[in-house]
Amino acid sequence: MRELFELYFAFFRIGGLTFGGGLTMLPMLKHELVEKKNWVTEEELLDYYAVGQCTPGIIAVNVSTFIGYKRRNIIGSIFSTLGMISPSLIIVSILAMFLEQFMSNQTVAHAVGGIKIVVCALMLCTVVTMAKKTVKNVLAAIICGVACLMSLFTPVPTVLLVIAAAIVGIIVLKIGEHKKASVSEAATKGGANNGAAVADKDANSGDNKGGQK
Amino acid sequence: MVFLELFIEFFQIGLFAIGGGPATIPFLMDIPTRRDWYEVADVTNMLAVSESTPGPIGINMATYAGFKAAGFLGGIVATFSLVLPSLIVIVLIAKILDKFSKNKYIQSSFGTIRPAVTGLIATAVIGIFQTAIFTGAEGKFVFPIFSVVLCVLFFVLMNVKKLKKLHPAFWILCGAIIGIVFKL
Repeated sequence: MRELFELYFAFFRIGGLTFGGGLTMLPMLKHELVEKKNWVTEEELLDYYAVGQCTPGIIAVNVSTFIGYKRRNIIGSIFSTLGMISPSLIIVSILAMFLEQFMSNQTVAHAVGGIKIVVCALMLCTVVTMAKKTVKNVLAAIICGVACLMSLFTPVPTVLLVIAAAIVGIIVLKIGEHKKASVSEAATKGGANNGAAVADKDANSGDNKGGQK
Repeated sequence: MVFLELFIEFFQIGLFAIGGGPATIPFLMDIPTRRDWYEVADVTNMLAVSESTPGPIGINMATYAGFKAAGFLGGIVATFSLVLPSLIVIVLIAKILDKFSKNKYIQSSFGTIRPAVTGLIATAVIGIFQTAIFTGAEGKFVFPIFSVVLCVLFFVLMNVKKLKKLHPAFWILCGAIIGIVFKL
């Protein structure tokens, strides 16, 4: 029981003291969990981050769930997740209440008018950073563009667009495998010993072609 | 039943928002088309509050959106519903962690989900620009030159190498002061 509360308060501190989620939380997590508590090694923490990025949901929360699970199974993961979200619940609720009440005040309204412009600029930065990280080849650029246009001009729900992108990924993989298989088959028939190398090279160019389509 | 609706909406977001906090924005922009909890224009305030308070941004956004829908309890329900899917998914895959992240299907589909999410966020940001800058008093299209120049200026400053490390809350404070001084 004591360890469960320890989990809760460790993540409460992390959630309450770090601004911004995701990677900005990594130094704090490292300090608290690797150096102070010795709950995980740094490698493990980075592994959790890697998986936390490709599981649905908020990355920082995913990492806390992982660590809680590692320490104390399911109940541990619940306590650490609760710890991570508690500060947000308290602080944001209070601030939201405050903001709603004071919105009719002229000065607050002007301040919000200025803040809106900053938020636009901040969001633009977010998109640019994300594009740099995720749009690295022609295929990715096409997917990004199509997703953007579809969500702008068609009523297709966001959820469906995400699912469609996942399906495209699996199709691309299958096409790549298919080409690789047929090429290596041809290579063995021709009796070439370096068939594998040829196949690899061809699979790569196949991927590129797939991207240009 | 607003709490059940909150649960359904935010559980969905938790399940399909892949790539962390910013990935929830397109979904949050979607909600006002179906529910009358808040308006698209409110998303800007949510972002400002979420960026300048501690805690993961996605969680802060959910708390604020839930609060707008049904007060304090609404915030709790929305946040819990948002984290529930990842709690379930992670408990399920924790035992096969390595296999999961090295699975070729997982890797390949995430390779295409990520750029798609970037595209979706780009749309959301266009929407934020539309409501925060280009919408006038009666919902008409306006082009306020001062605001546009200010926004571009902020964007440039945020990308200056020495200023990159500054916290979003600092920029938000700057915006508040400029807003009060110039009566925006």
